[in-house]
This record gives sequence, structure tokens and C-alpha cells, in this order.
Amino acid sequence: MNLALRDVRYRLGRFLLTALGLGLLLASVMTMGGVYQGLVIEALSIVRASGADLWVVQKNTNGPFAETSRVPDDLYRVIRAVPGVREASPVAFQSLQFRLGAKPFRVQLIGYRLAGLGGPPAVVAGRPIVQSRYEMVIGRDARLPLGTEVRIGRLVFRIVGLTQGIVSSAGDPVAFVSLQDAQEIQFSKANEAVRNDRARLEADVRANPVLATVRPDALAPIVQNTHLANAILVRLEPGADPPAVQAHIERWNYYRALTAAQQEEVLAKSVIERGRQQTLLMRAILLVVSTVIIALIIYTMTLEKTRDIATLKVVGTPDRTIAALILQEAVALGLVGFALGAVLIGRTYQYFPRRVVIVASDQYILLGIVTGICVLASLLGISKALHVDPTTALGGGG
Amino acid sequence: MMPTIVGDHVTKVFGRGETEVVALNDASIAVDAGELVALMGPSGSGKTTLLRALSLIDPPTRGRIVLDGRIVCEDGRVLVDDRRLRRERMGIIFQSYNLIPFLTAIENVALVLTLNGVPLRDARRRARALLDRLDLGHRADVHPPTLSGGEQQRLAVARAVINDPAVILADEPTGALDTERGKAVMDLLRRLGREREAAVIVVTHDDRMLEGFDRVYRMTDGRVGPGERIRRPVEAEALVS
Repeated sequence: MNLALRDVRYRLGRFLLTALGLGLLLASVMTMGGVYQGLVIEALSIVRASGADLWVVQKNTNGPFAETSRVPDDLYRVIRAVPGVREASPVAFQSLQFRLGAKPFRVQLIGYRLAGLGGPPAVVAGRPIVQSRYEMVIGRDARLPLGTEVRIGRLVFRIVGLTQGIVSSAGDPVAFVSLQDAQEIQFSKANEAVRNDRARLEADVRANPVLATVRPDALAPIVQNTHLANAILVRLEPGADPPAVQAHIERWNYYRALTAAQQEEVLAKSVIERGRQQTLLMRAILLVVSTVIIALIIYTMTLEKTRDIATLKVVGTPDRTIAALILQEAVALGLVGFALGAVLIGRTYQYFPRRVVIVASDQYILLGIVTGICVLASLLGISKALHVDPTTALGGGG
Repeated sequence: MMPTIVGDHVTKVFGRGETEVVALNDASIAVDAGELVALMGPSGSGKTTLLRALSLIDPPTRGRIVLDGRIVCEDGRVLVDDRRLRRERMGIIFQSYNLIPFLTAIENVALVLTLNGVPLRDARRRARALLDRLDLGHRADVHPPTLSGGEQQRLAVARAVINDPAVILADEPTGALDTERGKAVMDLLRRLGREREAAVIVVTHDDRMLEGFDRVYRMTDGRVGPGERIRRPVEAEALVS
């Protein structure tokens, strides 16, 4: 006769309420795991969506996602000539904020050559960018409708298409524009800075006799150079050896070539590592809290049954049966709590502001851990139950 | 004939030194199979302590407990698995019923059988038959807290006798019941005890409940007086028939 099952059945309402409380706690643990998985997937989404095999970035940098990287935008022409390279294309990345009405929008701006790599992997509404200026394809999660006009700095863009599945490592939606637009936004100086540069240039020109005949305004475009990119994306020929191409590019000494896997690693290690550690620590703390709570619940449930346990001992119930009663209730509490937590998170994860990705393998591991902590937490209750004096069941009258 | 259960010069001491209390003082009792014995005495005389000692729930400090000719406890040492002994050879009834609230009536009765290895289905069948006999069949699937006091005590009696015990120990089984229900429970206990040839020891301090008992032992200050025969076996048999 399974005593745990019957005890749970008898106190079903309270058991379910307790399990629901535990489920909420476990849902938090699951959310932490889901947020971390979402963090990884989101952080890597830009790298993966680009479809590039190599990322050529400024020497001694880890690429545009980890630090500032600037390379000439026409470097792609040289790289195209490297054996094994099928396609190369400059891209510009910039995290920026614009306002639409009173509402601020934060986006990861990606500028790409319209015929090249680095554009949106799919346009789910509207159309891709076809004009070289002032058109934008934006992530659907920005919740901006097609046709919306967006002002960024001095430029006004019209949203012509929507994409999905890509966000920045910070979870911001992406906005694709032409490379030229992105360069202008990122590298063009403000009017005050341009005036300062001109004044400095005129002073330098006047101070240098060699340049006496040069008109300063003729030199202005030189200091206003916007022909920069943050990286060159490279796609290799089928069968090409990435390390060989990588070594070839790095021989020039001015650039660093990262494979897609290396770029992902850079992102994972330098950008989201702390986030990973943070969520892991939070999960560990929540699991410890869960263990303590389960232990307290089971201990309290055991205390409430002290007289029943004493009676069970008086009628001859072996210790193993009594221990099984406590253990099975603890495990049942954990499993029902886990199931409720899983259902809860399964029905709500899409409403979280950051992407939450519930991975089956994570859930199985958590289920194992929950079962383990239930067993651990039941030990206190079992110990209490086994120490119950059977005379507690008897009257002490005579 | 060898007595079914014997408490031989049993002494129970609680505490030590200045706080020492002698609850049982060289108490002896022997009960035969099929014999109904009442244990009477004022509050604090050691009745419940003797019952605890005989059931090995709280073994005596000195003396011996013998069951079916076998020494099961000697000078504070329990020589058998006491829980196994209780579930296989004893039935115990409490003043406050002590039914397991999360088990239904039938499960309370069947529990002891399942602990003894009887398959659940057989245990439930036997428990159902006994409950029907005790006029509790219609209450088989309810939980004890919903039963009346009389029903709960009949259920407790059913639990105590379902395993055909050699010894039935009852601690004030009618203490929480009115006279009429108390007599009904006592009558039931007598009937089932005789049927099963069990040695029945009932703690009571109500003289009105002694009808049908074979002997009464009176206790004072932890000592058991000589057993007084209060009814001849022939008369007792007549009562059963």
C-alpha cells in the first residue's frame, strides 16, 4: 500500500498549492536557463545570419562585436583576389538609439553592400533594400510598421521590409541599411567637428610653406573620409581551406581574419561570458533556495504527521515504509512542482522582454537536479520521522 | 496450558537519581489464549506503562516479556524485531482511536495485512468482510475524521483483529465513548477476542465494563495485584453463544 500516494490524495489541495509555489520557483530557474540560452542564440544570431566563413577585422582586435574595428571598405576588392575566396563584402555595425515621437528605439544598425554579404537573411514582410540610400529593413521585434519614417542623425529612412530572428548581443532589434548610409551615420562628423577640423587644417596649411599654394577646402574631403567599414565578410569557395585563407590574409600584417567559429567564440567568451556566469550563479542560488524550501516543507509535513507516524510504528510499520512515505512525497512534490513550472514557463516565455529559449536537454538536467535535491531535502524529514517515539501515539493516563 | 503472554517481574524506571520514577515495580501478569483480562487501577498506577511494556513499545527496565513461550524481552533488551512482532502477533487499540487520517476506513484495516505481505487486493477483501461484519461496510471508503466516535473505535477494533493476533492490547478503548457505545465496543472486543482465541488485556477504570471478562488485575503504584476471577469460563462461553 503506497502511503505517500494516499497522503497526497488526502491533502491534495494543500499539496498542489505547495507544488505550485515550488513550481514558480523552478519556473524562475528555468527562465534563467532560458534567458541564458536566448542570450547565446541572440548574441550569435548576427554572426550566423551573415553566412560568412571568415571575418576580416582590424589587426589586434577581436572584431566589431567585442571592440572597435576599422578597416578600409575597399579592402574587400583585395581579399576577393585571395585564392579560395568566393565573395567578400564590407559591413558596418553600430549600436545606436533614435526617437520616434517621444519613444526611444535602440537598434543594432548594420550597413552592407546591397549586392554583397551581411544583409538580412530573410525579409518576412515588405521587400529587401533596393535603393542605395535611405531605405531600411528592420527586425519585426522593433514593432515598427512598414512605411514608417525613421530619422537617424541627418538621415531619414523609410522602413521597406521586416526581418526576424536576428538581434544584437544586447537583445536590441537589428536595422539594415546600405553601407553608404551606415558609413555616413557612423563616420561623418558633426558640423561643429567639421568646422573645427577645417580651422585646424587651414592653420596647418598656412604654417606649412610647402602647402602654401593648396586651397584648404580642397583638402576637406580628405579629413572627411567615411570609406571605412568595421569588418569584411568573406565567403569561401567550396572545398577551400579556411585556415589557409586565414593565414594568407594575416600575412599582410594589417588585418586579422577570424573564422565564423572564432567570431562566435569571441562573442561567447567576451560578450556574454559574464551574463552566463551571472545566470548560472542565479540558477545555483535559486536551486539552493528550492532545496531549503523543499526541506522545510517536508520537515513541516513530517511534523504534522508525528502522531500518525507514531501510530504506524505502533502497528508495526517498518522504518523503510515510513522513510519511503517521506521520500516519495518529497520527490512527488518536486516532480509536480517541476511540471507546473514547465507548463508555466511554456505558456509565458514568449512574453519576456528578452528571448527565452527552453532547451530540452537543459530541462532534463534540471529535472535530474530537482529529483536529487528532493531526495536530499527529504533526509531531514526522514530523520525526524525515524526518531518519532512510538509512545507519542499512546495516552499516558495510567 | 502455557500462557500466551507473560509479563514476569517487570520493572520500569523513568529518569535517574533524584528524578527517578518507578512506574512499574516487579509487576507480573500472565494471560492465556482466549482469556479476557481487565487491568484496572487509579490514574498513574502504571496500567498504560504495563501495556507499553508488554507490546515492546516501551520495553521494561528489568524483567521478562514472554510471548508464546518465547522470551522476547529480558532486562531491557528486546530480543526480536518488535515492529514485526506487533504487526504479526499483536493488535493494539487506543483510547483516542489513532486511526491514520489519510487512509480510508478500509485502508486503515488492510494496512496491517499489507505490511505482513498480503497482496493489497486480498487485504482489501478481508478488510471489507470484517467491516461488513462490524456494520461499517457502508463507511469503508470514507476517511476516519468523518466517522463518529463509536464508528472510529469499531474501526480501530477491526484494525487490531484483522491479522488474527495472539494478543490484543486495548488502552481505555471506551474512554472517549458514552456508556452505551462503550459497552458495544467492549462487547465487540470480547466477541472477536474469543473467536480468535486471543489473549485480550484491556485497560479500563470503569467497573461497568467488566461484564464478560474472565479476570481483573488491579494495579496500585506500579504493582499488579493478584488476578481476580470474575466469571467462570462456562458462563463466558454461554455469553458468546
